[in-house]
Amino acid sequence: MIEIKGLSKSFGDKDVLKNINVAFHPGRVNVVIGASGSGKSVLMKCMVGLIQPDAGKILYEDIDFVEIDYKAKKAVREQIGMLFQGSALFDSLTVEENVEFPIKMFSHMTKEERLDRVNFCLQRVHLENANKLFPSELSGGMKKRVGIARAIALNPKYLYCDEPNSGLDPVTARVIDSLIEEITDEYEITTIINSHDMKTLFDIGDNVAFIYKGNLEFTGSIDDFRIDSNPLIEEFLAASYFKR
Amino acid sequence: MLLFYHFGRYLVFLASMFSKPEKFGIYTRRTFNEMVSIGINSLPIVAIIALFSGGVSTIQTSYQLISSWISKTIIGSIVSDTVILEFAPTITCLVLAGKVGSSIASEIGTMKVTEQIDALEVMGINSAGYLVLPKIIAGVIMVPMLIIIAMFLGIWGGLMAGLATGILPGELFVEGARSSFKEFNVIFALIKATSFGFIITSIASFQGYFTEGGALEVGRSSTNAVVYSSVMILCADYVIAQLFL
Repeated sequence: MIEIKGLSKSFGDKDVLKNINVAFHPGRVNVVIGASGSGKSVLMKCMVGLIQPDAGKILYEDIDFVEIDYKAKKAVREQIGMLFQGSALFDSLTVEENVEFPIKMFSHMTKEERLDRVNFCLQRVHLENANKLFPSELSGGMKKRVGIARAIALNPKYLYCDEPNSGLDPVTARVIDSLIEEITDEYEITTIINSHDMKTLFDIGDNVAFIYKGNLEFTGSIDDFRIDSNPLIEEFLAASYFKR
Repeated sequence: MLLFYHFGRYLVFLASMFSKPEKFGIYTRRTFNEMVSIGINSLPIVAIIALFSGGVSTIQTSYQLISSWISKTIIGSIVSDTVILEFAPTITCLVLAGKVGSSIASEIGTMKVTEQIDALEVMGINSAGYLVLPKIIAGVIMVPMLIIIAMFLGIWGGLMAGLATGILPGELFVEGARSSFKEFNVIFALIKATSFGFIITSIASFQGYFTEGGALEVGRSSTNAVVYSSVMILCADYVIAQLFL
């Protein structure tokens, strides 16, 4: 479980996150939603340690990720898989090498064992014959699937997905959503998705955190979210054609 | 104040590279790959510059020494000393700042804006150590090697230009070059080359690593890398000459 307590972050005079308190549970797809510029990307970057928050705690099973030193952070990060908005695959490496990369860095597997694991991960995302292709030869959807394969290569406990459907056609977007949902259930991962795609939220989300201008306006189940009377949520749902 | 801010950031960046590597073998392999990229791949341009600068300096030295009272062997002395002390290390490194520096800055800058560096960090890898340290080690090792080759080719280019234009026979050129040769000059040139190798790779990496934005900013970082490393090479050239000569 990941727990955020009193998290705040400012850039100059601008308060981007204001006293955020939220918990993300294992085996569930937790979706963080909000308009562009609401602070959800900053929240995710704080959670994975790319941005240092000004105040608050980020607890990974009671370990405060903000306070621990670089070495301890490294140990937590080895349990994190992340799918980036632009996939962030390494251009100079093939699909196989991209997925193999974290295994090579952090495990003591032999070459054969590593290749078995890579092939398993690629099969899991339905990319059996793409091992030798380079990222520049892949479509947007394929890149996302390789990104997921790389993220799950080391059996992470926590999976972060930053805008997993951005730039994808609706059919491919649903394929990616299903993959994330299946993987979360299969491995009991704590999955956190940053999105403003309401279809993703209602299709695969279990819990939701709604951020508006740096404030956490709602946290709870999808069913509670649907019936919440907060006008900001009603406006967001209405704008997304999910008006009650 | 801004200068101190950037210099401080540069020092912190350099310090951040040093952490225990996740897998020593992977870092070693990366260093060898960078040695090929920085060293072997720069060989053609280094050879061309060295040959022509040596050749041109023979022709120009002869043009300036028109008195029959001065022995022609002096041309060999001047050309070889100039090539060893200045042309090979400094001119070659200024060109390398353009070729290698822009390539490093744009490679790392592109990785930064496409979140590849963030991906490394999230995995728990020290991105500066993984990406930059092998480049700096490769630069510090390979640039002096390139400079040694440039010295040979520069002097040989001078000799060939003398022969081809009939300015002086080969024996006189070699006699002049040998008479003025000092081992210290080569050591001095290699000290310069090592320093310049560090300057080129570290400044270019720094510029690339802190790129923010998109394609436009990657181009800007690449240009800054060339400009700043060229200026720093010239400053370091002066300081090293003042210290050692």
